[in-house]
Amino acid sequence: MGDTFPRGGTAIAGLATFGIGEMPGFTSMELTAQAALLAVRDAGLTLPEVDALFICQPDDFFSGLSFAEYLGLQPRYTDNNRTGGSAFMSHIAVAAMMLDAGYIDCALIAYGSNQRSNGGKLATRISSNQWDAPYAPLFPLTSYALATARHMHEFGTTREDLAAVALSARAWANTNPEAFAKGPLTLEDCLSARMVSTPISVRDCCLVTDGAAAIVMTRTTRARDLAKRVVSVLGAAAATWWNSIAQAPDVTVTAASESGARAMAMAGVVPKDIRTAQLYDAFTINTILFLEDLGFCPKGEGGRFVSSGAIAPGGSLPVNTNGGGLSCCHPGMYGLFAVIEAARQIRGEAANQLADVDVALAHGNGGTLSSQATVVLGSPATL
Amino acid sequence: MSSPEAQWRAALAEGRLLLQRAPDGRVVFPPRLAAPGTGEVLEWFEASGRGTVYTLSWVNRKPPAEPYNVALIDLDEGARLMSRVEGVTPATLAIGMRVDAFVDQAEGAPLLLFQPVED
Repeated sequence: MGDTFPRGGTAIAGLATFGIGEMPGFTSMELTAQAALLAVRDAGLTLPEVDALFICQPDDFFSGLSFAEYLGLQPRYTDNNRTGGSAFMSHIAVAAMMLDAGYIDCALIAYGSNQRSNGGKLATRISSNQWDAPYAPLFPLTSYALATARHMHEFGTTREDLAAVALSARAWANTNPEAFAKGPLTLEDCLSARMVSTPISVRDCCLVTDGAAAIVMTRTTRARDLAKRVVSVLGAAAATWWNSIAQAPDVTVTAASESGARAMAMAGVVPKDIRTAQLYDAFTINTILFLEDLGFCPKGEGGRFVSSGAIAPGGSLPVNTNGGGLSCCHPGMYGLFAVIEAARQIRGEAANQLADVDVALAHGNGGTLSSQATVVLGSPATL
Repeated sequence: MSSPEAQWRAALAEGRLLLQRAPDGRVVFPPRLAAPGTGEVLEWFEASGRGTVYTLSWVNRKPPAEPYNVALIDLDEGARLMSRVEGVTPATLAIGMRVDAFVDQAEGAPLLLFQPVED
Protein backbone atom coordinates (compact mmCIF):
# COMPACT_ATOMS: atom_id res chain seq x y z
CA MET A 1 0.00 0.00 0.00
CA GLY A 2 0.97 3.61 0.23
CA ASP A 3 0.61 6.40 -2.29
CA THR A 4 -3.17 6.14 -2.49
CA PHE A 5 -4.15 9.58 -3.72
CA PRO A 6 -7.44 11.21 -4.70
CA ARG A 7 -6.43 11.95 -8.31
CA GLY A 8 -8.28 15.08 -9.41
CA GLY A 9 -10.47 15.03 -6.31
CA THR A 10 -9.21 18.38 -5.08
CA ALA A 11 -8.38 21.62 -6.81
CA ILE A 12 -6.61 24.93 -6.50
CA ALA A 13 -9.67 27.20 -6.48
CA GLY A 14 -7.92 30.47 -5.69
CA LEU A 15 -4.42 31.86 -6.02
CA ALA A 16 -2.54 35.10 -5.66
CA THR A 17 0.88 36.63 -5.36
CA PHE A 18 1.57 39.95 -3.71
CA GLY A 19 4.50 42.31 -3.28
CA ILE A 20 6.96 40.48 -5.52
CA GLY A 21 10.16 42.51 -5.71
CA GLU A 22 10.53 45.24 -3.12
CA MET A 23 7.93 46.22 -0.52
CA PRO A 24 9.81 48.41 1.95
CA GLY A 25 8.08 48.97 5.24
CA PHE A 26 5.91 45.86 5.13
CA THR A 27 6.32 42.96 7.53
CA SER A 28 6.38 39.38 6.29
CA MET A 29 3.07 38.84 8.06
CA GLU A 30 1.43 41.74 6.22
CA LEU A 31 2.65 40.60 2.81
CA THR A 32 1.44 37.07 3.47
CA ALA A 33 -1.93 38.19 4.79
CA GLN A 34 -2.55 40.29 1.69
CA ALA A 35 -1.71 37.36 -0.60
CA ALA A 36 -4.04 35.15 1.43
CA LEU A 37 -6.94 37.62 1.25
CA LEU A 38 -6.43 38.01 -2.50
CA ALA A 39 -6.38 34.24 -3.01
CA VAL A 40 -9.60 33.76 -1.05
CA ARG A 41 -11.24 36.52 -3.09
CA ASP A 42 -9.86 35.05 -6.32
CA ALA A 43 -11.66 31.80 -5.51
CA GLY A 44 -14.92 33.64 -4.90
CA LEU A 45 -14.87 32.51 -1.28
CA THR A 46 -14.84 34.41 1.99
CA LEU A 47 -12.36 34.25 4.82
CA PRO A 48 -14.70 32.50 7.30
CA GLU A 49 -14.98 29.61 4.85
CA VAL A 50 -11.27 28.77 5.35
CA ASP A 51 -11.07 25.95 7.89
CA ALA A 52 -7.48 24.74 7.51
CA LEU A 53 -4.20 26.63 7.44
CA PHE A 54 -0.90 25.47 5.99
CA ILE A 55 2.04 27.84 6.34
CA CYS A 56 5.81 27.88 6.85
CA GLN A 57 7.30 31.32 7.38
CA PRO A 58 11.08 31.80 7.37
CA ASP A 59 11.25 34.09 10.36
CA ASP A 60 8.50 32.80 12.67
CA PHE A 61 8.81 29.41 14.31
CA PHE A 62 5.12 29.50 15.35
CA SER A 63 3.81 30.99 12.10
CA GLY A 64 0.86 28.61 12.01
CA LEU A 65 -0.36 30.15 15.23
CA SER A 66 0.56 33.77 14.62
CA PHE A 67 -0.86 33.82 11.09
CA ALA A 68 -4.16 32.26 12.21
CA GLU A 69 -4.35 34.91 14.91
CA TYR A 70 -3.54 37.73 12.48
CA LEU A 71 -6.26 36.73 9.99
CA GLY A 72 -8.70 35.77 12.74
CA LEU A 73 -8.88 32.14 11.68
CA GLN A 74 -9.64 29.29 14.04
CA PRO A 75 -8.61 26.39 11.79
CA ARG A 76 -9.75 22.82 12.31
CA TYR A 77 -6.21 21.93 11.35
CA THR A 78 -2.99 23.96 11.30
CA ASP A 79 0.20 22.77 9.64
CA ASN A 80 3.56 24.53 10.01
CA ASN A 81 5.96 21.93 8.68
CA ARG A 82 9.69 22.54 8.36
CA THR A 83 10.86 20.85 5.20
CA GLY A 84 12.19 24.07 3.68
CA GLY A 85 11.17 25.37 0.28
CA SER A 86 9.41 22.13 -0.60
CA ALA A 87 7.02 22.60 2.36
CA PHE A 88 4.24 23.97 0.17
CA MET A 89 4.12 20.97 -2.15
CA SER A 90 3.89 18.80 0.98
CA HIS A 91 1.10 21.06 2.21
CA ILE A 92 -0.80 20.35 -1.01
CA ALA A 93 -0.43 16.59 -0.48
CA VAL A 94 -1.76 16.80 3.07
CA ALA A 95 -4.54 19.25 2.20
CA ALA A 96 -5.69 17.06 -0.70
CA MET A 97 -5.93 14.01 1.54
CA MET A 98 -7.77 15.91 4.28
CA LEU A 99 -10.17 17.56 1.84
CA ASP A 100 -10.91 14.27 0.12
CA ALA A 101 -11.52 12.59 3.47
CA GLY A 102 -13.92 15.33 4.48
CA TYR A 103 -11.81 16.30 7.49
CA ILE A 104 -11.56 19.88 6.19
CA ASP A 105 -13.48 21.83 3.54
CA CYS A 106 -11.24 24.73 2.52
CA ALA A 107 -7.47 24.89 2.87
CA LEU A 108 -5.39 28.07 2.77
CA ILE A 109 -1.71 27.60 1.94
CA ALA A 110 0.34 30.77 2.33
CA TYR A 111 3.87 32.11 2.43
CA GLY A 112 5.58 35.48 2.40
CA SER A 113 8.76 37.27 3.30
CA ASN A 114 10.14 40.80 3.36
CA GLN A 115 13.69 39.53 3.25
CA ARG A 116 14.93 41.96 0.61
CA SER A 117 13.65 45.11 2.32
CA ASN A 118 14.53 43.71 5.72
CA GLY A 119 18.28 43.71 5.22
CA GLY A 120 18.67 41.71 2.03
CA LYS A 121 19.91 38.62 3.77
CA LEU A 122 18.39 35.18 3.72
CA ALA A 123 15.96 35.42 6.64
CA THR A 124 16.64 31.97 7.94
CA ARG A 125 17.77 30.72 11.30
CA ILE A 126 18.87 27.46 9.76
CA SER A 127 22.57 26.68 9.62
CA SER A 128 24.94 23.79 9.07
CA ASN A 129 24.89 20.98 11.61
CA GLN A 130 27.66 20.58 14.19
CA TRP A 131 29.63 18.17 11.99
CA ASP A 132 29.79 20.51 9.00
CA ALA A 133 29.83 23.93 10.66
CA PRO A 134 33.54 23.90 11.73
CA TYR A 135 34.51 23.92 8.03
CA ALA A 136 32.42 27.04 7.36
CA PRO A 137 30.46 26.05 4.26
CA LEU A 138 28.30 28.98 3.16
CA PHE A 139 24.79 27.93 4.08
CA PRO A 140 23.16 26.77 1.94
CA LEU A 141 25.27 27.83 -1.07
CA THR A 142 28.39 25.68 -0.62
CA SER A 143 26.29 22.50 -0.40
CA TYR A 144 24.94 23.23 -3.89
CA ALA A 145 28.48 24.04 -5.03
CA LEU A 146 29.64 20.60 -3.86
CA ALA A 147 26.87 18.98 -5.91
CA THR A 148 27.69 21.16 -8.92
CA ALA A 149 31.41 20.33 -8.80
CA ARG A 150 30.70 16.61 -8.69
CA HIS A 151 28.15 16.85 -11.53
CA MET A 152 30.75 18.63 -13.66
CA HIS A 153 33.36 15.99 -12.78
CA GLU A 154 31.15 12.99 -13.53
CA PHE A 155 29.16 14.20 -16.51
CA GLY A 156 31.18 16.97 -18.12
CA THR A 157 28.65 19.63 -17.25
CA THR A 158 30.14 23.07 -17.90
CA ARG A 159 29.77 26.59 -16.57
CA GLU A 160 28.21 27.41 -19.95
CA ASP A 161 25.52 24.83 -19.19
CA LEU A 162 24.88 26.43 -15.80
CA ALA A 163 24.69 29.80 -17.53
CA ALA A 164 22.09 28.44 -19.96
CA VAL A 165 19.77 27.95 -16.98
CA ALA A 166 20.24 31.54 -15.84
CA LEU A 167 19.85 32.89 -19.39
CA SER A 168 16.64 30.93 -19.94
CA ALA A 169 15.20 32.20 -16.68
CA ARG A 170 16.04 35.77 -17.64
CA ALA A 171 14.49 35.37 -21.08
CA TRP A 172 11.19 34.30 -19.48
CA ALA A 173 11.42 37.07 -16.88
CA ASN A 174 11.94 39.73 -19.50
CA THR A 175 8.35 39.29 -20.69
CA ASN A 176 6.79 38.83 -17.24
CA PRO A 177 5.71 42.16 -15.70
CA GLU A 178 5.81 40.58 -12.23
CA ALA A 179 9.44 39.45 -12.50
CA PHE A 180 11.96 41.39 -10.43
CA ALA A 181 15.15 40.88 -12.47
CA LYS A 182 14.71 41.99 -16.04
CA GLY A 183 17.06 43.30 -18.69
CA PRO A 184 19.83 41.94 -20.83
CA LEU A 185 21.98 39.10 -19.51
CA THR A 186 24.68 37.52 -21.64
CA LEU A 187 26.72 34.35 -21.47
CA GLU A 188 29.77 36.54 -20.90
CA ASP A 189 28.01 38.23 -17.94
CA CYS A 190 27.50 34.81 -16.38
CA LEU A 191 30.99 33.48 -17.06
CA SER A 192 32.69 36.62 -15.73
CA ALA A 193 30.47 36.93 -12.66
CA ARG A 194 32.05 36.98 -9.21
CA MET A 195 32.76 33.48 -7.95
CA VAL A 196 31.23 32.89 -4.51
CA SER A 197 31.88 29.22 -3.74
CA THR A 198 33.35 27.42 -6.73
CA PRO A 199 31.90 26.59 -9.20
CA ILE A 200 28.90 28.76 -8.21
CA SER A 201 29.05 32.44 -9.13
CA VAL A 202 26.57 35.15 -8.22
CA ARG A 203 24.80 34.52 -11.55
CA ASP A 204 24.12 30.93 -10.51
CA CYS A 205 22.25 32.11 -7.41
CA CYS A 206 18.59 32.93 -6.97
CA LEU A 207 17.38 36.42 -6.21
CA VAL A 208 16.75 37.90 -2.80
CA THR A 209 13.35 39.59 -3.06
CA ASP A 210 10.26 40.35 -1.05
CA GLY A 211 7.03 38.63 -1.98
CA ALA A 212 4.10 36.56 -0.84
CA ALA A 213 1.94 33.84 -2.33
CA ALA A 214 -1.21 31.99 -1.35
CA ILE A 215 -3.51 29.34 -2.76
CA VAL A 216 -6.93 28.09 -1.67
CA MET A 217 -7.84 24.42 -2.12
CA THR A 218 -11.28 22.81 -2.10
CA ARG A 219 -12.72 19.57 -3.37
CA THR A 220 -13.03 19.69 -7.16
CA THR A 221 -16.81 19.29 -7.00
CA ARG A 222 -16.97 22.58 -5.12
CA ALA A 223 -14.30 24.32 -7.18
CA ARG A 224 -16.42 23.79 -10.30
CA ASP A 225 -19.03 26.15 -8.82
CA LEU A 226 -16.49 28.81 -7.86
CA ALA A 227 -15.03 31.74 -9.72
CA LYS A 228 -12.16 30.37 -11.78
CA ARG A 229 -11.23 27.54 -14.12
CA VAL A 230 -10.59 24.39 -12.12
CA VAL A 231 -6.94 23.45 -11.61
CA SER A 232 -7.07 19.98 -10.16
CA VAL A 233 -4.39 18.22 -8.17
CA LEU A 234 -3.58 15.00 -10.02
CA GLY A 235 -0.73 13.86 -7.80
CA ALA A 236 1.51 15.08 -4.98
CA ALA A 237 4.43 13.33 -3.31
CA ALA A 238 7.30 14.29 -1.02
CA ALA A 239 10.56 12.51 -0.28
CA THR A 240 13.35 13.25 2.19
CA TRP A 241 16.70 11.54 1.76
CA TRP A 242 19.09 13.53 3.97
CA ASN A 243 19.66 16.83 5.69
CA SER A 244 23.38 17.55 5.28
CA ILE A 245 24.80 17.23 1.78
CA ALA A 246 27.64 15.24 3.38
CA GLN A 247 25.12 12.45 4.00
CA ALA A 248 24.03 12.19 0.36
CA PRO A 249 25.04 8.80 -1.07
CA ASP A 250 25.37 10.51 -4.46
CA VAL A 251 25.21 14.31 -4.58
CA THR A 252 24.14 14.19 -8.23
CA VAL A 253 20.91 12.27 -7.53
CA THR A 254 18.18 13.84 -5.41
CA ALA A 255 14.97 12.57 -3.87
CA ALA A 256 13.18 14.29 -6.77
CA SER A 257 13.72 10.96 -8.53
CA GLU A 258 11.39 9.45 -5.93
CA SER A 259 8.89 12.27 -5.39
CA GLY A 260 8.53 12.91 -9.12
CA ALA A 261 8.00 9.27 -10.04
CA ARG A 262 5.44 8.83 -7.28
CA ALA A 263 3.55 12.03 -8.08
CA MET A 264 3.45 11.18 -11.78
CA ALA A 265 2.26 7.63 -11.03
CA MET A 266 -0.58 9.04 -8.92
CA ALA A 267 -1.43 11.42 -11.75
CA GLY A 268 -1.22 8.71 -14.40
CA VAL A 269 1.21 10.73 -16.50
CA VAL A 270 4.75 10.34 -17.78
CA PRO A 271 7.25 13.18 -18.37
CA LYS A 272 6.29 13.62 -22.02
CA ASP A 273 2.70 14.40 -20.97
CA ILE A 274 3.88 17.44 -19.00
CA ARG A 275 3.56 20.65 -20.98
CA THR A 276 5.55 22.84 -18.60
CA ALA A 277 7.64 22.30 -15.47
CA GLN A 278 8.16 24.82 -12.71
CA LEU A 279 11.30 23.72 -10.87
CA TYR A 280 12.65 25.26 -7.69
CA ASP A 281 15.82 26.93 -9.00
CA ALA A 282 17.63 28.16 -5.91
CA PHE A 283 20.82 27.66 -7.92
CA THR A 284 21.39 26.82 -11.57
CA ILE A 285 22.37 23.23 -10.72
CA ASN A 286 18.89 22.66 -9.27
CA THR A 287 17.21 22.96 -12.64
CA ILE A 288 19.70 20.53 -14.18
CA LEU A 289 19.40 17.97 -11.38
CA PHE A 290 15.60 18.12 -11.31
CA LEU A 291 15.26 17.82 -15.10
CA GLU A 292 17.25 14.60 -14.80
CA ASP A 293 15.67 13.27 -11.62
CA LEU A 294 12.12 13.98 -12.81
CA GLY A 295 12.81 12.07 -16.01
CA PHE A 296 12.83 14.86 -18.59
CA CYS A 297 16.32 13.82 -19.69
CA PRO A 298 18.74 11.03 -18.71
CA LYS A 299 21.00 11.38 -15.64
CA GLY A 300 24.06 13.39 -16.58
CA GLU A 301 22.46 14.94 -19.66
CA GLY A 302 20.87 17.91 -17.88
CA GLY A 303 23.62 20.33 -18.84
CA ARG A 304 23.42 19.49 -22.52
CA PHE A 305 19.59 19.52 -22.32
CA VAL A 306 19.47 23.10 -21.04
CA SER A 307 22.21 24.24 -23.43
CA SER A 308 20.12 22.95 -26.35
CA GLY A 309 17.54 25.63 -25.58
CA ALA A 310 14.92 23.08 -24.54
CA ILE A 311 13.77 24.95 -21.43
CA ALA A 312 13.88 28.50 -22.83
CA PRO A 313 11.13 30.37 -24.71
CA GLY A 314 10.39 28.37 -27.86
CA GLY A 315 11.91 25.18 -26.41
CA SER A 316 10.36 21.73 -26.18
CA LEU A 317 9.86 21.86 -22.39
CA PRO A 318 9.20 25.39 -21.12
CA VAL A 319 10.67 25.58 -17.59
CA ASN A 320 10.13 28.33 -15.04
CA THR A 321 8.02 30.39 -17.38
CA ASN A 322 7.74 33.22 -14.84
CA GLY A 323 11.53 33.62 -14.65
CA GLY A 324 11.90 31.31 -11.66
CA GLY A 325 13.81 31.96 -8.49
CA LEU A 326 16.74 33.13 -10.59
CA SER A 327 14.96 36.06 -12.27
CA CYS A 328 11.33 36.36 -11.09
CA CYS A 329 11.44 36.22 -7.31
CA HIS A 330 12.93 34.36 -4.39
CA PRO A 331 11.66 35.56 -1.02
CA GLY A 332 13.51 32.97 1.06
CA MET A 333 11.42 30.00 -0.02
CA TYR A 334 10.12 29.69 -3.58
CA GLY A 335 7.98 26.54 -3.58
CA LEU A 336 4.56 28.17 -3.57
CA PHE A 337 5.50 30.54 -6.41
CA ALA A 338 6.33 27.51 -8.59
CA VAL A 339 2.90 26.05 -7.79
CA ILE A 340 1.17 29.30 -8.70
CA GLU A 341 2.96 29.62 -12.03
CA ALA A 342 1.97 26.03 -12.91
CA ALA A 343 -1.64 26.77 -11.94
CA ARG A 344 -1.68 30.03 -13.90
CA GLN A 345 -0.46 28.17 -17.00
CA ILE A 346 -3.40 25.75 -16.67
CA ARG A 347 -5.86 28.57 -16.09
CA GLY A 348 -4.55 30.47 -19.08
CA GLU A 349 -3.53 33.43 -16.91
CA ALA A 350 0.27 33.29 -17.09
CA ALA A 351 2.26 36.29 -18.28
CA ASN A 352 4.09 33.99 -20.69
CA GLN A 353 1.05 31.90 -21.47
CA LEU A 354 1.71 28.67 -23.35
CA ALA A 355 -0.84 27.06 -25.66
CA ASP A 356 -2.76 23.96 -24.64
CA VAL A 357 -1.56 23.42 -21.09
CA ASP A 358 -3.40 20.41 -19.69
CA VAL A 359 -0.72 19.02 -17.38
CA ALA A 360 1.81 21.14 -15.48
CA LEU A 361 4.35 20.09 -12.87
CA ALA A 362 5.65 22.08 -9.90
CA HIS A 363 8.65 20.81 -8.00
CA GLY A 364 9.93 22.05 -4.65
CA ASN A 365 13.32 21.69 -3.02
CA GLY A 366 14.10 22.08 0.66
CA GLY A 367 17.27 22.30 2.70
CA THR A 368 20.44 21.43 0.80
CA LEU A 369 18.90 19.30 -1.95
CA SER A 370 17.51 17.37 1.03
CA SER A 371 13.72 17.41 0.83
CA GLN A 372 11.98 17.11 -2.54
CA ALA A 373 8.28 17.37 -3.29
CA THR A 374 6.43 17.25 -6.59
CA VAL A 375 2.90 18.27 -7.54
CA VAL A 376 1.17 17.46 -10.84
CA LEU A 377 -1.70 19.76 -11.77
CA GLY A 378 -4.28 19.23 -14.48
CA SER A 379 -6.89 21.08 -16.51
CA PRO A 380 -10.55 19.96 -16.55
CA ALA A 381 -9.69 17.91 -19.64
CA THR A 382 -7.52 15.61 -17.52
CA LEU A 383 -10.36 14.58 -15.20
CA MET B 1 25.17 4.16 28.38
CA SER B 2 27.31 7.09 27.29
CA SER B 3 26.76 9.61 24.52
CA PRO B 4 28.15 8.38 21.18
CA GLU B 5 28.91 11.95 20.18
CA ALA B 6 30.80 12.53 23.46
CA GLN B 7 32.79 9.33 22.92
CA TRP B 8 33.69 10.40 19.40
CA ARG B 9 34.81 13.85 20.55
CA ALA B 10 36.86 12.40 23.43
CA ALA B 11 38.70 10.13 20.97
CA LEU B 12 39.30 13.01 18.57
CA ALA B 13 40.84 15.02 21.40
CA GLU B 14 43.33 12.12 21.74
CA GLY B 15 44.06 12.29 18.03
CA ARG B 16 41.98 9.24 17.09
CA LEU B 17 39.28 9.14 14.40
CA LEU B 18 36.52 6.73 15.40
CA LEU B 19 33.80 5.34 13.14
CA GLN B 20 30.97 2.92 13.78
CA ARG B 21 30.08 -0.26 11.92
CA ALA B 22 26.61 -1.81 11.62
CA PRO B 23 26.05 -5.59 11.68
CA ASP B 24 25.56 -5.54 7.90
CA GLY B 25 29.00 -3.97 7.45
CA ARG B 26 27.91 -0.44 6.69
CA VAL B 27 30.14 2.25 8.17
CA VAL B 28 28.33 5.07 9.94
CA PHE B 29 29.24 8.72 10.44
CA PRO B 30 28.28 10.97 12.23
CA PRO B 31 28.20 8.78 15.35
CA ARG B 32 24.76 7.52 16.33
CA LEU B 33 22.99 5.61 19.05
CA ALA B 34 21.90 2.95 16.59
CA ALA B 35 22.34 1.94 12.97
CA PRO B 36 20.36 4.21 10.64
CA GLY B 37 17.52 2.40 8.96
CA THR B 38 17.61 -0.68 11.19
CA GLY B 39 18.15 0.48 14.77
CA GLU B 40 20.74 -2.26 15.28
CA VAL B 41 23.74 -2.03 17.62
CA LEU B 42 26.81 -0.23 16.29
CA GLU B 43 30.42 -1.12 17.05
CA TRP B 44 33.24 1.41 17.29
CA PHE B 45 36.48 1.02 15.41
CA GLU B 46 39.40 3.31 14.65
CA ALA B 47 39.65 4.56 11.08
CA SER B 48 42.87 4.55 9.07
CA GLY B 49 42.33 8.22 8.28
CA ARG B 50 42.99 7.57 4.59
CA GLY B 51 40.43 8.85 2.13
CA THR B 52 39.66 10.33 -1.27
CA VAL B 53 38.26 13.74 -2.17
CA TYR B 54 34.70 13.15 -3.46
CA THR B 55 33.85 16.77 -4.23
CA LEU B 56 35.08 20.22 -3.23
CA SER B 57 34.41 23.93 -3.29
CA TRP B 58 36.62 26.96 -2.73
CA VAL B 59 34.86 29.66 -0.75
CA ASN B 60 36.04 33.13 -1.76
CA ARG B 61 36.44 35.91 0.77
CA LYS B 62 37.11 39.60 0.51
CA PRO B 63 40.80 40.16 -0.19
CA PRO B 64 43.27 40.03 1.36
CA ALA B 65 41.66 37.00 3.04
CA GLU B 66 42.52 33.86 1.11
CA PRO B 67 39.87 31.46 -0.18
CA TYR B 68 39.42 28.29 1.83
CA ASN B 69 38.17 24.91 0.70
CA VAL B 70 35.27 22.75 1.84
CA ALA B 71 35.48 19.14 0.76
CA LEU B 72 33.53 15.93 1.11
CA ILE B 73 35.96 13.11 1.90
CA ASP B 74 35.23 9.44 1.29
CA LEU B 75 37.10 7.52 3.97
CA ASP B 76 38.57 4.21 2.84
CA GLU B 77 36.41 2.39 5.38
CA GLY B 78 33.24 3.70 3.68
CA ALA B 79 32.00 6.79 5.51
CA ARG B 80 31.71 10.25 3.96
CA LEU B 81 32.26 13.48 5.87
CA MET B 82 32.78 17.19 5.37
CA SER B 83 36.21 18.62 6.09
CA ARG B 84 39.00 20.84 4.75
CA VAL B 85 42.19 19.82 2.97
CA GLU B 86 45.25 21.72 4.16
CA GLY B 87 48.42 22.40 2.19
CA VAL B 88 46.71 22.69 -1.18
CA THR B 89 45.72 25.45 -3.62
CA PRO B 90 42.85 25.76 -6.11
CA ALA B 91 45.35 24.54 -8.70
CA THR B 92 46.35 21.39 -6.81
CA LEU B 93 43.23 20.24 -4.93
CA ALA B 94 41.16 17.93 -7.14
CA ILE B 95 38.38 15.39 -6.97
CA GLY B 96 39.97 11.97 -6.58
CA MET B 97 43.00 13.25 -4.62
CA ARG B 98 44.18 10.88 -1.89
CA VAL B 99 44.24 12.45 1.56
CA ASP B 100 45.09 11.54 5.15
CA ALA B 101 43.41 12.75 8.32
CA PHE B 102 45.04 14.70 11.11
CA VAL B 103 43.67 16.43 14.18
CA ASP B 104 44.34 20.13 14.50
CA GLN B 105 44.38 21.27 18.12
CA ALA B 106 45.26 24.91 17.39
CA GLU B 107 41.81 26.47 17.54
CA GLY B 108 40.89 25.25 21.01
CA ALA B 109 38.48 22.51 20.02
CA PRO B 110 40.13 19.59 18.21
CA LEU B 111 39.31 19.71 14.50
CA LEU B 112 39.53 16.88 11.97
CA LEU B 113 41.40 18.00 8.86
CA PHE B 114 43.07 16.29 5.91
CA GLN B 115 46.29 16.67 3.94
CA PRO B 116 47.42 15.23 0.62
CA VAL B 117 49.15 11.89 0.82
CA GLU B 118 51.00 9.63 -1.62
CA ASP B 119 49.71 6.05 -1.46
